[in-house]
Amino acid sequence: MRAVVTVIGKDTVGILHKVSGICAEYNVNVIEVTQSVLQDMFAMIMLVDITAINADFAKLVERMDSLGKELGLSIHTMHEDIFNSMHTV
Amino acid sequence: MLNAYNILETIRMIQDEYLDIRTITMGISLLDCIDTDIDKACEKVYNKIVSRAGNLVAVGQQIETEYGIPIVNKRISVTPVAMLCAACPDGDPVKFAKALQRAADTCGVNFIGGYSALVHKGFSAGDMALIRSIPEALDVTQNLCSSVNIGSTKSGINMDAVKIMGQIVKQSAERTADRDCIGPAKLVVFCNAVEDNPFMAGAFHGVGEPDCEIHVGVSGPGVVRAALTKYPDATIDEIADVIKKTAFKITRMGQLVGARASELLGVPFGIVDLSLAPTPAVGDSVAHILEEMGLEMCGTHGTTACLAMLNDAVKKGGVMASSTVGGLSGAFIPVSEDAGMIDAATAGVLSLEKLEAMTAVCSVGLDMIVVPGDITPETISAIIADEAAIGMVNSKTTAVRLIPAIGKKEGETLEFGGLLGSGPVMPIREKSPAKFIDRGGRIPAPMQSLKN
Repeated sequence: MRAVVTVIGKDTVGILHKVSGICAEYNVNVIEVTQSVLQDMFAMIMLVDITAINADFAKLVERMDSLGKELGLSIHTMHEDIFNSMHTV
Repeated sequence: MLNAYNILETIRMIQDEYLDIRTITMGISLLDCIDTDIDKACEKVYNKIVSRAGNLVAVGQQIETEYGIPIVNKRISVTPVAMLCAACPDGDPVKFAKALQRAADTCGVNFIGGYSALVHKGFSAGDMALIRSIPEALDVTQNLCSSVNIGSTKSGINMDAVKIMGQIVKQSAERTADRDCIGPAKLVVFCNAVEDNPFMAGAFHGVGEPDCEIHVGVSGPGVVRAALTKYPDATIDEIADVIKKTAFKITRMGQLVGARASELLGVPFGIVDLSLAPTPAVGDSVAHILEEMGLEMCGTHGTTACLAMLNDAVKKGGVMASSTVGGLSGAFIPVSEDAGMIDAATAGVLSLEKLEAMTAVCSVGLDMIVVPGDITPETISAIIADEAAIGMVNSKTTAVRLIPAIGKKEGETLEFGGLLGSGPVMPIREKSPAKFIDRGGRIPAPMQSLKN
């Protein structure tokens, strides 16, 4: 089972560190990261494996959400199924 | 494979374009709750609903978190209550209304539908008692929805029922005049009602359905409109293609959520209703899609053609995305629930007659239309008969949800708030159809061949 974490907002020091830190805390393995900074806007998409997650997926979502609020970023954590079903025939 | 563009597109749809699952609706059969003692029947009804739908809201919230997609409403639809009334002719049907409300409160759902009767060919035991009790039932409950089917393509239109429903709509408005006439906003009069509709106020659980199942109603006018803004100079067939692709994506999401809900709740998956259901929020309007196609304002000449294309394209995209499409499936045009429709009606561009024409080519019918408070029951009946005739002849579902604004006249506005929005009082014809309505009887079923 995999999930997608997207982070969009103003670039600051340590975003990747903090997001991946939370992943590690929940035993969620980061599989792939694409990241770009356009002028001062930061956009990152992270594909993570949640098979061995050590808590409820909802807890991870909540934690990422509060990190987003703290840093003034928009962070979405969603199960990959929604993207697969919407964009493939 | 996942790519960044698709991921960001999904997030943009949800965040900026109001993409949501409008409802997950659990259909529950109450046939096994029938009892000659109405109090016992009510207890069985309450227990059955709570045992099936007790964790519907929690499951809905879990899916919202998993997929990051809002599920706006969690609802329940039940077997038409008139069938339960048939077994206890001496009981007051309002007891069932109260039991349903109590069950809705316990489950924490937004609406419960099925205070209904199917009388398209005639009245059987229980039907008349239920219909007569509708104004009181909608007055003493908050989340209960009611519907009555008065016609069908196969059986014609029951004009006796049409006559009564005009009175019921008016009485329902009068009883709730102190609450912005909310009563008739929860009452739909159908022709060709469907048995698996997840949308309120017309949802009920048909007798041909399984004991318990889960339906999903998707929404997304904002997404369709946003997709169209990217093609300002495209031809209409190119636009139809864009709508199809967008409808496909929206429906796939509905299919995913429905399958997951069915798995978590342990009940069969019913249908995805791929309707474009607007909300009063700016940017979530069906009227604005039509305007994006090139109409200066919804309701002007050309509106029916644009809506016909939109409705058809939504269906074509949707059926490709799910093999269990059902319900009403199409574009809804509820006036008070759609920011663009409200503006067009207030400006006098969108008239009742144009709305009637629009209902011939789209899903459902004259929906959430506010009419002057001094409208006669006969005029309401005549509007119902007109709309039912369109449904009957065209073999499609049509419905009427009129709200007589007691104490208000043309030019004033009725405010409901929330998803129901607000509506300007729309003008109606002054001449009386009373003689026609008083005749009663039945309009015979129409020809299905020699169609011209």
